[in-house]
Amino acid sequence: MAGTKHHDYHILPPDIVPLLTTIGAFTFTSGMVLFMHDMPGGHFVPWLGLALLLASMFAWFSKIVKEAHAGDHTPVVQLHQRYGMILFIASEVMFFVGWFWAFFDFSLFPSTIAETVGGQWPPKSIEAVMDAFDLPLLNTLILLCSGTTVTWAHHALIHGDRDGLKKGLWATVLLGMLFTSIQAYEYIHAPFPFGVNTFGSAFYMATGFHGFHVIVGTIMLIVCLVRAYQGDFTPRQHFGFEAAAWYWHFVDVVWLFLFVAVYVWGGWGYPTH
Amino acid sequence: MATTAEHFQAHGDDHGHADHDHKPAFFARWFMSTNHKDIGTMYLIFAIFAGIVGGAFSGMMRLELAHPGIQYLDTFARWFGATNPDFNATLHTWNVLITAHGLIMVFFMVMPAIIGGFGNWFVPIMIGAPDMAFPRMNNISFWLTVAGFLSLMTSAFVPGGLGNGAGTGWTVYAPLSTYGSTGPAVDFGIFALHLAGAGSIMGAINFITTIFNMRAPGMTMHKMPLFVWSVLVTAFLLLLSLPVLAAAITMLLTDRNFGTTFFDPAGGGDPILYQHLFWFFGHPEVYIMILPGFGIISQIISTFSKKPVFGYLGMAYAMVAIGVVGFIVWAHHMYTTGLSVNTKMYFTAATMVIAVPTGIKIFSWIATMWGGSVEFKSPMVWAMGFIFLFTVGGVTGVVLANGGVDDVLHDTYYVVAHFHYVLSLGAVTALFAGFYYWFPKMSGRWHSELLAHIHFWVFFVGVNMIFFPMHFLGLQGMPRRYPDYAEAYAQWNSVATDGYMIMAASLVIWFINIAYAFTAGKKAEGNYWGEGATTLEWTLSSPPPFHQFETLPVIEATAHH
Repeated sequence: MAGTKHHDYHILPPDIVPLLTTIGAFTFTSGMVLFMHDMPGGHFVPWLGLALLLASMFAWFSKIVKEAHAGDHTPVVQLHQRYGMILFIASEVMFFVGWFWAFFDFSLFPSTIAETVGGQWPPKSIEAVMDAFDLPLLNTLILLCSGTTVTWAHHALIHGDRDGLKKGLWATVLLGMLFTSIQAYEYIHAPFPFGVNTFGSAFYMATGFHGFHVIVGTIMLIVCLVRAYQGDFTPRQHFGFEAAAWYWHFVDVVWLFLFVAVYVWGGWGYPTH
Repeated sequence: MATTAEHFQAHGDDHGHADHDHKPAFFARWFMSTNHKDIGTMYLIFAIFAGIVGGAFSGMMRLELAHPGIQYLDTFARWFGATNPDFNATLHTWNVLITAHGLIMVFFMVMPAIIGGFGNWFVPIMIGAPDMAFPRMNNISFWLTVAGFLSLMTSAFVPGGLGNGAGTGWTVYAPLSTYGSTGPAVDFGIFALHLAGAGSIMGAINFITTIFNMRAPGMTMHKMPLFVWSVLVTAFLLLLSLPVLAAAITMLLTDRNFGTTFFDPAGGGDPILYQHLFWFFGHPEVYIMILPGFGIISQIISTFSKKPVFGYLGMAYAMVAIGVVGFIVWAHHMYTTGLSVNTKMYFTAATMVIAVPTGIKIFSWIATMWGGSVEFKSPMVWAMGFIFLFTVGGVTGVVLANGGVDDVLHDTYYVVAHFHYVLSLGAVTALFAGFYYWFPKMSGRWHSELLAHIHFWVFFVGVNMIFFPMHFLGLQGMPRRYPDYAEAYAQWNSVATDGYMIMAASLVIWFINIAYAFTAGKKAEGNYWGEGATTLEWTLSSPPPFHQFETLPVIEATAHH
């Protein structure tokens, strides 16, 4: 570095991790092509890529935590991180817009030419849907509850109550896992298969991507929990926690839309199993 | 810019000397970079390389189209690894060429050059920031773009539909991209878009954060150079449109491989849904390619007219307006899919509205030159060429915006002429303008102004010869995306192919000019364009120090943009 810097921005040294992450991502996507076409290496290369991708991401986020401890995260850098996370969530919102778009296209304008749909929603070949006010409602309450427990953890953190932070995070993580387990149970016992028609496509892909985001959010919260045990986070500086909490609220809101649109409205008056 | 630039310059010289400028060693510098200027340089080099590949594909297309009949496709099919291509595989190669040309030029040439290259280089400097907000994420944005390119190149050599390679068009429409192309090529193509798209989303987050948070003291939003405004709007378009594409191509992926029926009518799905999702991304995408060009042109016109740009605020908010309206006009790409008349009327009207902010920009550039002390340096000549060529493309855009007219012109060469006038002759001309404007700044060495002028004129003649006749071909009814055509279209196709040769020759002049600059070019000063060049990059040495603005510049309240 030339001279000394007279500003609060974070100037980083060179780093190999972005290139490694890219190699992991490229290996994963190429391996997935091999897998999808039953080509040699298809059962091996995607895992290799995924392992490298996850290891690189772990290394990357570890560095960010270390830099936070080293004092690199000045107020303005923390502001960067806030912007970065909000913008990332904004892009995620648009990703779900795509899936909702497909869902509303299929449900508002059900195909009249496909026999399997027969001009109605849910499609004719769907014998029964899930009862929205059974497990999905329970899952809604679980997620809403987890939204309050993560807020409990946040307030505990702000007030220096580390015990409360851990309890709140434990509760949130467990509720998240409970949600995922119930989703898995629901998928296994669902009265309609993956794919085959627009219902099996839009339902599983939209709720499936949401479920994937719940798992990612749970991992973020677990990382926060581990960090809480290691003594990380201060009442003044804990953006890693806040980012996880924002993300958690985001998956919560997506679920509310899924619940209202896909489960309640999309299956209204239809036989349930 | 009447900043404390002089004070800052003195300070920068203290610390910014080459011998104090501890650059990392080769591998660390170029493979582990966290420096916005080095990453910008890598983006530019990558874009030039990808542009050569994409340009070679268009050369192959022009060669095939030079005369009626099928001449060269069989050979090209063999280049992509087919041993004994049958007639279908030969024709499939044509689809691979148009697909690869489109995808490469959009995702791996224009975007990396104009956002990754010039955006990375000059957005931080123009707002008085030492680097981007997330330097490491900046690096992965670049490498993911390279990975996407590799994935796309791989696709050309593996089975797609009737032969090797993805032959879906850059729009990857279903059902051609689903059960029309069962081989792995399209999956490689889809993942290419996923990888490059992820890189672009991260780049967008980086630019927005940088521009909102890292402006130097006194650099208010309404003082930012217009190039910075253009990248800001572009970044928002990327951020909000690319994830919708990601969802759409993920649906393609699961339709192809996992049995969903999003776009399969047999399962109640709808191929038109894919078009909606694609163009909800695709229309903002075309503004993503042109808006930074608008920004570059504004800087150049202002510099060489030695005047602040006319109607600065109008120019900034015209870009915002183009960005916002750009999200609600997508179905004008789909007039012939059976939209209702009311829908077509809405999309016609909304599309026409875009001509208003675009007109504001064109007329403000002209008004900037009006009464200015205009100097015809090479970037200015390129910029004036841009205004002319982009206006031609814009006017044909207004023609095509009419749903009724488009019923006739849809999928003809008129459309090809239109979008190449706004992109190849618009965005690419802006790229060359920016190149000659900033090349000495980036490299520290002068190109030859004479060669730059010759490059412009040869290029200008060449590209107009390629694309202007396409208006005639389109009006006569020649359809796009076919390797063969009726005898009646032979004359203008032959002219277009001749134009390609001229355009290619102009690129040779460009490469010679670069080689000249690096071998014999004289050293460039800090502000080599003189009094008209008022943005912050001109307060720095050429090339700027490895880390600029270690003391942040202060922009005075009276400073103009």
